[in-house]
Amino acid sequence: MKILAIALCLLLGGALVFVVGDFPDWGDPMSPPNDYRLSKHFIENTMEETSVPNIVTAVLADYRGFDTMFETAVIFTAALACFFLLRTWGRRPSKPDNVYMHLLTGVHVRLKHGKTLSPQSRTFARVESEILRYDLVTSTVCRLMIPFIQLFALYVVAHGHHSPGGGFQGGVILGASFLLLAISHDLRTLRERFPEVKLMYLLIAGIVLYSGVGFACMIYGGNFLEYEALGPLMGVTPVMAHSLGILFVEIGVAMTVMATMILIYNYISSLGTYERGL
Amino acid sequence: MFYQIDNAVLTLVVLCALAAINIKDLLGAGILFGAYSFMMCLLWAVMGAVDVAFTEASVGAGVSTVLFIAAVFRTSRRTKD
Repeated sequence: MKILAIALCLLLGGALVFVVGDFPDWGDPMSPPNDYRLSKHFIENTMEETSVPNIVTAVLADYRGFDTMFETAVIFTAALACFFLLRTWGRRPSKPDNVYMHLLTGVHVRLKHGKTLSPQSRTFARVESEILRYDLVTSTVCRLMIPFIQLFALYVVAHGHHSPGGGFQGGVILGASFLLLAISHDLRTLRERFPEVKLMYLLIAGIVLYSGVGFACMIYGGNFLEYEALGPLMGVTPVMAHSLGILFVEIGVAMTVMATMILIYNYISSLGTYERGL
Repeated sequence: MFYQIDNAVLTLVVLCALAAINIKDLLGAGILFGAYSFMMCLLWAVMGAVDVAFTEASVGAGVSTVLFIAAVFRTSRRTKD
């Protein structure tokens, strides 16, 4: 069986290497993808038609916006699949014990019957369990870095049609900043800022925003996702409406992608209970 | 970019891929996949596909490594074969 697998791998790998020789040279202007009139049209007319300097984003969210909508739907489906496969509902105590750690000595204190200490306490910090270590250096450095990561992510989303980036990348970076929070502190810190229900709303809101822009175009007399129709509504020229429509759509993509990343990580790291992280 | 650096990055991609398959420690395999993705990101950037490089850096090297690590922590770190 192993020999068969190796033989199959070598055969397919050899076929791949053999076929790669037939590819056009890198950057060849006469190669079929560069020579075809469609790519010429994109390169020459994107700026006049959509006023978006980044041709990749213009193609992604405008010329083939319908395609990207269902790409977002795929990500939405991935989050739903993780929800249905991994989420478990155990019986949870109505008044769970709270574990606090004395910051100077590292001694853990367990308070029973749901009693809490002041959240502003500077000597005690709440932790998820006695096993978890609270590291001052890691948590402080991450707390300092996270706002800048999020600001950069928002810049990537908002500036996606002028520079590399867009909804997918910005959403992933925004989600990664929350994963950093969950790893450097604990899952409870993230859960308090982002309850599961809120993430679900965000997940749905993103895809509703995307398709809502499409339907708004239909209401104002265009085709589905034909952003020009929104020009009178937003009070801009039809060309500028393309640019703004791309921005709205990218925001929707970013919301869905961000919620998906956080949800999948939380389900894996908490074994589906959404209570205790790594 | 000089073609020597290009060749060095390509060699590292192949080395990372082979090491990720052969390593026994699954956590190490996850980290090697992150390194692999980052090298691929450099290659995309060299070829001028900056948007793809950006996606590769954020999804491949960033979030998927975190997901691998979470999965390894919740299952076992050693592989049988």
